[in-house]
Amino acid sequence: MAHGAGGKASRRLVEGLFAPILFQSAEPLGDSAHVNIDSSVIAITTDSFVVKPLKFPGGSIGELAVNGTMNDLAVSGAKGHALVVTFILEEGLPTSVLEREVRAMAAAADRAGVTIVGGDTKVVERGKADGMYITTTGIGRFMPQVTVDAGSVHRGDKVLLSGPIGDHGVTILLARGELDLEADLSSDTRCVLSMIEAMVAEAAPGIRWMRDPTRGGVATTLNELARDCGLGIVLSEELIPLRDEVRGACELLGLDPLHIANEGQFLAVVSPEYADAALNAINQAEGGEDACVIGEVQSEPACAVLVTTRYGGSRIVDMLVGDPLPRIC
Amino acid sequence: MCLAIPGRIVELVPGQTHLGTVEVAGVRRKVDLGLIQDDMPTAGDWVLIHVGFAMTKISEQDAMEQMRLLHMLGEAEQAMQEVRGYGLDDGDDHTVPNPAPN
Amino acid sequence: MRYVDEFRDPELITKASEEIRRLADPNRHYRIMEVCGGHTHAIYRFGLKDVLPSNIDLIHGPGCPVCVLPMGRIDDGLAVAKNPDVIFAAFGDMMRVPGTQGSPFEHKARGTDVRIVYSPADALQIARKNPEKHVMFFAIGFETTAPSTALTLMRAKAEGVTNFSVFCNHVTIIPAIRAILDSPDMRLDAFIGPGHVSTVIGCRPYEWIARNEGKPVVTSGFEPLDLLQSLVMLLRQLRAGEARVENQYKRVVPWEGNRAALRAMAEVFQLRPYFEWRGLGFISQSALKIRDEYAEWDAEQRFPIPGTRVTDPKAAQCGEVLKGVLKPAQCKLFGKECTPEHPIGALMVSTEGSCAAYYNYEHRKAAAMVSISSVA
Repeated sequence: MAHGAGGKASRRLVEGLFAPILFQSAEPLGDSAHVNIDSSVIAITTDSFVVKPLKFPGGSIGELAVNGTMNDLAVSGAKGHALVVTFILEEGLPTSVLEREVRAMAAAADRAGVTIVGGDTKVVERGKADGMYITTTGIGRFMPQVTVDAGSVHRGDKVLLSGPIGDHGVTILLARGELDLEADLSSDTRCVLSMIEAMVAEAAPGIRWMRDPTRGGVATTLNELARDCGLGIVLSEELIPLRDEVRGACELLGLDPLHIANEGQFLAVVSPEYADAALNAINQAEGGEDACVIGEVQSEPACAVLVTTRYGGSRIVDMLVGDPLPRIC
Repeated sequence: MCLAIPGRIVELVPGQTHLGTVEVAGVRRKVDLGLIQDDMPTAGDWVLIHVGFAMTKISEQDAMEQMRLLHMLGEAEQAMQEVRGYGLDDGDDHTVPNPAPN
Repeated sequence: MRYVDEFRDPELITKASEEIRRLADPNRHYRIMEVCGGHTHAIYRFGLKDVLPSNIDLIHGPGCPVCVLPMGRIDDGLAVAKNPDVIFAAFGDMMRVPGTQGSPFEHKARGTDVRIVYSPADALQIARKNPEKHVMFFAIGFETTAPSTALTLMRAKAEGVTNFSVFCNHVTIIPAIRAILDSPDMRLDAFIGPGHVSTVIGCRPYEWIARNEGKPVVTSGFEPLDLLQSLVMLLRQLRAGEARVENQYKRVVPWEGNRAALRAMAEVFQLRPYFEWRGLGFISQSALKIRDEYAEWDAEQRFPIPGTRVTDPKAAQCGEVLKGVLKPAQCKLFGKECTPEHPIGALMVSTEGSCAAYYNYEHRKAAAMVSISSVA
């Protein structure tokens, strides 16, 4: 059960089981794969969406499915061109719900500038599939000026974040209704491609690495980077954008916002010479007003993420182990 | 055991005297006021919340007194250092006493 | 006032840490125990050790109710939960704590109805909404949490909600502190007293520590400024050779405690003659059991309880770490066989446990040479 939450257990499953058996390439695992067909390199990625409830403030499973895959392509430096979608539907799911999701996907695809070109549907018995599971697979072309490579990250590079964290995960937690909390929060689900394109236009040579901090949050994503590049990521706590309501919910439940899933944000590591231009470009782009620098790459602590406070205290933030759990202690 | 946080009572639930709605940074939750029934809060009061129950009212006065004490930290020492800096010693080695404990 | 940000003011934190440096005698090595798991967590989360001089050693105490819960009690609770009509409800803290047959979460994956609740009141609500099932609330916690369980039981009885029971593992803090001080290897100078337990029991119960053992106690809040101010107060006492109980957390802790909370506890609970604490052994009069008047809501009376006893592997040195005799990293299993992902001992299981806190926050930091330059 811990394997789906996006942290250490997921990583072990992918690296320990899937990679040696399935994946031929020895490349480090990124968000999208590079596929060579007759000397054209295309990007391809796939993702499954199993969220519950299906609809929540700010979006629904269909939108997540479109935006999620487009974002995986975008942070790999690729512009999504076409999507195919698979539905696994639970017997008895009202047609109106399915129609709503299909419409939501069409609208999201339109906003993201991508076409859904095909798909498949299966129905499974009542009691399975939580209503609906969706898988989307996307292909696209790599933006030629950009290379996303953890190996190119250097000491001194800046870490950029596109906006406030924790909105999606907390919204879902509250939408499940088990915790009796009310807050004015919505999922941040959106396609980040246009912000990335804007950044690429101004700062392409300085972009070292990008990723979207979905399950497991910023902490998990940056820990993966730290491991892959062998360096340390040092963040300043007070620079990390956080909405009050997310902070309040996390305080009440004893959760760390750095471990909470986001569906409309991305992290970028940019060389210091290009960091200002990159940030400016994102800030000017629609939806990028809250983007900011939250930290930088240093040699120590190697392979780890450190969060510092204004008064000189600091703590190591590890990858998520299992789902973030509310605590009382 | 220990995660308890401050929240502001925004309203008491009509008809259910032991429940109140509390707000923490824009997030609202109903909490049980049964443990502070000897000194029931009103809307606007701050309470300490633990596992969905209000444990006590938070005394603004005590909190402000604490902040005052914190602001004063080191001031006695600073005053002493300033006095030393005036060069009032007449060549003897006067030992400046430490400030008395609070 | 918002009661959070003000107590994290960086300038005041710097001031407080300077005062601590000034007060700490450079020829002395101070060993100060924070009893409460929440304080342990706060110290690590705010990186407070970074702002203290090196001759102040903060020793983590046993105030972590998850850590001191014997594995056998988890097995017992889960044995009841195996019943298909039973819903097992517990705080998030319990979900990954391993019993001998797995943790509540692992049981959930195998089909047991396990639910996370944020409050015992939520568990009672699940019972109201599911009349055909029985909800068993697995209660843990010190005196901070026990009154809420008590009040919930009182409400269940008053409403006649009979498909609800509590498996009670509430423990009391004073016997744990006594066990620490009775330990022959122990050498402590002072205590940072529990914060939220004290909102219920007040400050009087600590007076014997100052009077009989000669150690100062300051009951402390959980924000960085609270903890630093408490250290200032302790150091002032130590410098003056005093030993008193002081209340730093005045805005929330009443000296006499919370009478309504104590009344609720007295109405519903009585002390067990003895109870096993993981790592510390059997301690008398240290845990709560539900009174006969509430027998119908006592899971131990309604269901057959196996009474499992599990001994920890000998190599795990939890007891010594719990008592502050060893630091987490000094246990032979720390970081190798025993990590947060596969915990062997109690202290690695809860995020408040000294070993888990140390591992998650400090372990790699201590191993690397950290140079923190200004960012952005």
